[in-house]
Amino acid sequence: MEHSLKIKIKNLNFYYGDFKALHDISMDIYANQVTAFIGPSGCGKSTLLRCLNRMNDLIPISRVEGQIMLDNKNINDPSVDVVTLRRNVGMVFQKPNPFPKTIFENVAYGLRVNGIKDKAYIANQVEKSLHQAAIWDEVKDRINDSALGLSGGQQQRLCIARALAIEPEVVLMDEPASALDPIATQKIEELIHQLKKSYTIIIVTHNMQQAARVSDITAFFYLGKLIEKDDTEALFTKPKLQQTEDYITGRFG
Amino acid sequence: MNSLLRRRKLIQIAIFGLFRLSAAINGIALLIVVYFLVARGWRAINWTFLTQPPKEAMTEGGILPCIVGTLCLSLGAILVALPIGVASAIYLNEYARPGRLLRAIRIGINNLAGVPSVVFGLFGLAFFVVWLKMGVSILAGSLTLGVLTLPVIIGASEEALRSVPDTYREASLGLGATKWQTIYRVVMPAALPGILTGAILGISRAAGETAPIMFTAAVFYTPSLPTSVFDEIMALPYHIYVLATAGTEIEATRHLQYGTALVLIVLVFGLNLIAIIYRARLQRRM
Repeated sequence: MEHSLKIKIKNLNFYYGDFKALHDISMDIYANQVTAFIGPSGCGKSTLLRCLNRMNDLIPISRVEGQIMLDNKNINDPSVDVVTLRRNVGMVFQKPNPFPKTIFENVAYGLRVNGIKDKAYIANQVEKSLHQAAIWDEVKDRINDSALGLSGGQQQRLCIARALAIEPEVVLMDEPASALDPIATQKIEELIHQLKKSYTIIIVTHNMQQAARVSDITAFFYLGKLIEKDDTEALFTKPKLQQTEDYITGRFG
Repeated sequence: MNSLLRRRKLIQIAIFGLFRLSAAINGIALLIVVYFLVARGWRAINWTFLTQPPKEAMTEGGILPCIVGTLCLSLGAILVALPIGVASAIYLNEYARPGRLLRAIRIGINNLAGVPSVVFGLFGLAFFVVWLKMGVSILAGSLTLGVLTLPVIIGASEEALRSVPDTYREASLGLGATKWQTIYRVVMPAALPGILTGAILGISRAAGETAPIMFTAAVFYTPSLPTSVFDEIMALPYHIYVLATAGTEIEATRHLQYGTALVLIVLVFGLNLIAIIYRARLQRRM
């Protein structure tokens, strides 16, 4: 199956003040595939992920050089509206972060802020997203209860439903299962498999087995540099570089 | 080893005892004040006292105009201070970039909090009463008290906004919400209980102040209730002050002074209670 190019990163450098966090990153990311970013803590994988929806704009001293082309348009171009960008590039965070609102209102939030008022459409979209995130059966009887009463794993799937409700094109996941137990993790991983049919998914993970299980492409980062990127199977079975092999076999990191 | 353990436990018990004592002193101080007021003032309190204006050079009758006046001034002050205070806190905490301007504004607010209340009274007299020609009125008094309570409201609101986790903001922005939508729909509701705490503190302070209203709103005696914001009024704290220092029968009205003070405290507790109940309901809903 041919996959179309979704995101093209070209010679990307990123700075926190004087500290250079990303060095000359270039890579292609394809639609309807799961791309995993792996590497030890501080290697820049989360920073790169947060460049893709310009979440780093929130850090006043940060600075970006180079290009990130989403559907052939540079997302850092002044003509690009960051609100529209984030509406199209959704994000699921490391720690589940539902709003202190009802389950329904959490999922409806993205629709409401984007100006949708049609109640029937919102209700329909909320149910569809909760189904997609494989949490509908667990919450359908308490959809108007507070989301903070859910377990950690349920909260994270709710956050995924919340991201899906506005039908983004790309879904960024920043260690989405790191705060969850193995059963909840398994549910999230199954979910990622389902989601790639409709979305482009990029996942940052510390867990190499997870990367091997869920992703099609894996990129290994170290000290802000992209060391190696390949089909997941190839990268984990016969890495081209010694550094990659050392990391995936657990000799460092 | 064993004696060391015993020593550590003894130290812990001693320190906790000290903390417990400190906490108890707070409660005891409040109890003493309330006991004192109730013991000396309760005899003054009856239906006439609460529903009639003063009579016979304020040695007889009631304090209704003072109760109404203090309610008007407190609510007026909070109407002035809450919107401006919350808006300032949102600007400082959510929008302003760290820098010299932000530092200067913060220093200004802290200094405002340290200005003695009589200075606010003089400012109110010069600015609202004379320069803006409001006269001695509820409006001038409310504005003066509002300025006085601003730092309290700003401080509490900023604290409340700061305690809203950044993960809420990121989640909202990540869904394509604008900054204002994020503040209005996520940050503000989460901060509201804390902001209300600030409002409680502010209203309590405004209700009890004497100096800021003596030149701007309160008068020695008026039997009529206010009909507009440009009317002058009586107020509980100023009434106590007048009875205790400038009345014709200072000793004979002692029980009225304590009775008035008791009414003032009950009024402040009542206002606080409304806000506390509302806050509890908000927190339950989350």
